[in-house]
Amino acid sequence: MEVITLQLFNGLSVSSILLLIALGLAITFGLMKVINMAHGELIMIGAYSTYLTQNMFEDYLPKSMFDWYFVLAIPVSFLIAFVFGLILEMSLIRFLYGRPLDSLLATWGVGLVLQQLARSIFGAPNVAVTSPTWLDGGVSFLGAVLPYKRLFIIGLVIVTLLAMYFYIYRSLEGRRMRAVMQNRDMAACLGVSTRRVDAMTFAIGSGIAGIAGCALTLIGPIGPSLGTYYIVDAFMVVVLGGVGKLVGTVLGALGIGVFNTMFEYWTNASLGKVLVFLCIVAFLQWRPMGFVAMRSRSLDS
Amino acid sequence: MLAVQQLEAGYGESVILRDVTLRVEPGQVVCLLGRNGVGKTTLMKSIMGLLKARKGTVAYNGHELTKAAPGRRAKSGIGYVPQGREIFGQLTVYENILVGLEAAREKMAARSIPEEAIAKFPVLPTMYNRRGGDLSGGQQQQLAFARALASKPDLLLLDEPCEGIQPSIVDDIRDVIRSIKADGKTSILLVEQSLDFVKSVGDYFYVLDKGAIAWEGGLEDLSDEVIKKYLTV
Repeated sequence: MEVITLQLFNGLSVSSILLLIALGLAITFGLMKVINMAHGELIMIGAYSTYLTQNMFEDYLPKSMFDWYFVLAIPVSFLIAFVFGLILEMSLIRFLYGRPLDSLLATWGVGLVLQQLARSIFGAPNVAVTSPTWLDGGVSFLGAVLPYKRLFIIGLVIVTLLAMYFYIYRSLEGRRMRAVMQNRDMAACLGVSTRRVDAMTFAIGSGIAGIAGCALTLIGPIGPSLGTYYIVDAFMVVVLGGVGKLVGTVLGALGIGVFNTMFEYWTNASLGKVLVFLCIVAFLQWRPMGFVAMRSRSLDS
Repeated sequence: MLAVQQLEAGYGESVILRDVTLRVEPGQVVCLLGRNGVGKTTLMKSIMGLLKARKGTVAYNGHELTKAAPGRRAKSGIGYVPQGREIFGQLTVYENILVGLEAAREKMAARSIPEEAIAKFPVLPTMYNRRGGDLSGGQQQQLAFARALASKPDLLLLDEPCEGIQPSIVDDIRDVIRSIKADGKTSILLVEQSLDFVKSVGDYFYVLDKGAIAWEGGLEDLSDEVIKKYLTV
């Protein structure tokens, strides 16, 4: 019983991390069709933003306040990654819409530049981010101990997801965004400023990558090449889930996370990963559009 | 109010419109006729700004719009019902109309879907929560009309509004065009294949041939000879 609970929880936890790193990409790649290879580096930027926030608290605020740095680090990571995304969109991406191969190459280059930038500023070795003490420990549940950090990440992903849902499907800006992504010319003819929408959409996707980076500081050290470990997983989740729908991304993350944990439990870490990849390949042969395919004529072109 | 002067436009290397000059006066219904492939839709797209003009000018209410983006033209009061309707398939009917409000000239807070935009299409409010892509062709056409009317435009560009639509809805659309005309607040530039249809609503007619205006005149001048020369295949 204890083992089952723990495995289920681990599956859920891995899913939540996968989902968090893929949510930003679900916007930039899923909605905007930009193959953004620098997504991992935007995650890295979020992680270093958290590191910087921690250092600021350490240096300038009394020790009793230190634990609360993480609460501030989440919006700070979002904002800094948002600004980086905005600059990236305005200076590069906007010239590459509709040119997937060029944008793949260019954003990969941007990723390398950002990695080197981090190396130059923070040094090549990993840096440590101390988790706040209120996230130490865990709660006992059906005989298993569930760490607070993992629970916090699951909570964070749910809040992020809800915020994205309301932004995309319930707000004025989100309506503009969906209109532009579905039919750019017609949206422009109705008076929607497509340039503004593109820049905002890309920046928000980048900002969410920043939040993911912030969360990753809870589960491991932070280094300049942090993003490269996650970029493949992020694309996998979005492609498996089906491009263009949030609910697909959620299903993709849950699928990969749960199966990965199960296979790893039955075999070992590397064989488990191989089995997951095989399952994904087989699944995409059967349903090339992923879990949730959007039925739309505008996407066919 | 709309003045197109010696417009030249095309796609890539090919020139579709060579020398088009036309005018739409306030309250008028101007019809654009011509065989397939003479450049009617291309002209509509260049007026809306989806295609850049290579030469010539497009002016609207005295303002030069030749270089303006489609959004600015929409905000200066041009509504567009494109060929093929171009409904946002994943947005609900209600959201589609709300997107139409983007070009409204009132302040953001004062914007709401105007009565007159949907009064002519009583079927739309009953379908507000359905996705635009799930509607039938005729319903989508009505939605495209309502979406264009939401911003209260002074000029409406209609590109083949009756294409592929059942006769009873064609009659509805004719009534809508007539009622817009009767209100007198909005002029219309209409592209339509059906001669009977344009004769029943139009004030002034242009015939496009090989990328240039080949003939223009009022209803009484639109003789069988003209029709035979420029329109019959």
